[in-house]
Amino acid sequence: MSPADHDVLEPPGGHGPPGGTGEPVLVVEGLGKSFGDHTVLRSVDLRVRRGQVLAIIGPSGSGKTTALRCLNGLERPDAGRVLVGSDVAVDFSRGASRTQLAALRDSSAMVFQHYNLFPHKTVLENVLEGPVVVQRRPREEVTAEALELLGRVGLAEKRDVYPFELSGGQQQRVGIVRALALRPTLLLFDEPTSALDPELVGDVLGLIKELADEGWTMVIVTHELQFAREVAHEVAFIDGGTVVERGHPDQVLRDPREERTRQFVQRLLHPF
Amino acid sequence: MSPETLELVTDSLWPIVRGAVTGTIPLALVSFALGLVIALVVALMRLSKRRWLSAPARAYISVVRGTPLLVQLFVIFYGLPSIGLVIDPWPSAVVAFSVNVGGYAAEVIRAAILSVPKGQWEAAHMVGMPHAVALRRIILPQAARVSVPPLSNTFISLVKDTSLASLILVTELFREAQQIAAFSQEFMVLYLEAAAVYWVICLVLSAAQGRLEQRLDRYVAR
Repeated sequence: MSPADHDVLEPPGGHGPPGGTGEPVLVVEGLGKSFGDHTVLRSVDLRVRRGQVLAIIGPSGSGKTTALRCLNGLERPDAGRVLVGSDVAVDFSRGASRTQLAALRDSSAMVFQHYNLFPHKTVLENVLEGPVVVQRRPREEVTAEALELLGRVGLAEKRDVYPFELSGGQQQRVGIVRALALRPTLLLFDEPTSALDPELVGDVLGLIKELADEGWTMVIVTHELQFAREVAHEVAFIDGGTVVERGHPDQVLRDPREERTRQFVQRLLHPF
Repeated sequence: MSPETLELVTDSLWPIVRGAVTGTIPLALVSFALGLVIALVVALMRLSKRRWLSAPARAYISVVRGTPLLVQLFVIFYGLPSIGLVIDPWPSAVVAFSVNVGGYAAEVIRAAILSVPKGQWEAAHMVGMPHAVALRRIILPQAARVSVPPLSNTFISLVKDTSLASLILVTELFREAQQIAAFSQEFMVLYLEAAAVYWVICLVLSAAQGRLEQRLDRYVAR
């Protein structure tokens, strides 16, 4: 595949410098969220530069998925600030307006653990729904782009097929294309391979790695430590609703400073 | 069957079918269409977190389901004139039946909307859809599939319930049969004939339901 074929995968704002040394694209400060009496996020701080990949790891119930969902407005935090790019700044402590939430939502796109494709729409329609119906971009232009993206992930011939006819791995690749077609500043992945059969995980992780290499800015909640080490520029370990430790993947995953991180990593590497 | 009875059956068939075509069927279709519109609005109100929307919806459903259809019909046709509101038989029947369908179908539609997985709302919001767009493009089409069998039940019940309209002087299938029966004194024959025509209509509806389900199931794994 020649480099010219990659045009449609160009991240908005261009490629980030390798390793994510560009300007901060996502800044999260003091994010807090409770469900009734149950505090899920105490105070989460995150910072992601353009072209950088941040992997969030942590035990189940630690709040890592909730933190990710807050970035897309799927959960409404009770406190904290989220800044995306130079245009979007939402201060949840003061109460966010509908317009602010919409802007936050538009600046990122999410890939779900259970794909959440629209079952009553074909593969192509799933991809077009956001760009055509919501963003009101010309259908022909978006269709051409969508077909190119689907071709990239090897699903061009599945364009008129309904999701139930696809394997989990294929559905997740459509989920990723659906997210890319929105042209987001930020790509969010919520345990993108947790629902997949083991033999299908590789394809999806490979695709995510390609996107990382192309300079997309991404936040990935994952249990795949090996993958996090290979793809991420930074790893954040969340437990008890706060970021316990963050740093270079080799440091956090091989030589953690915090005891809680060490225990968690050990448990994942040696389950029994 | 005696030749006279047979002749009565064939002679009365046309007026009865005419009653079905000009009375029963349009009455059921119009009432069901209006009833579905009411039901969708009431279901969405009932699902709202705002109490001033959900409370009236609950009350409406409770009253409609808790009172007999015949009584509702009589209140509208015989009751309202005493407070100066006179409505003709046909519109009275349409109002009563659509209000009634609205109450029952609202619960069907509410359940169907709730049956769509939460992830569908989230994916719709993720691609940027506001609530109303997500509802129209993503949620309702999926809810429609689930609600076809129970709504078909409601519709079939309605077709048979339109016979109650004969009691407020609407010329429909059953009223035609009644009049011929009273004239000929052949009650058994005429009422069985009326029953048979209702049955045929409902057979056609059941077949249509099957076709519709098949169509809506095209995107579901079998």
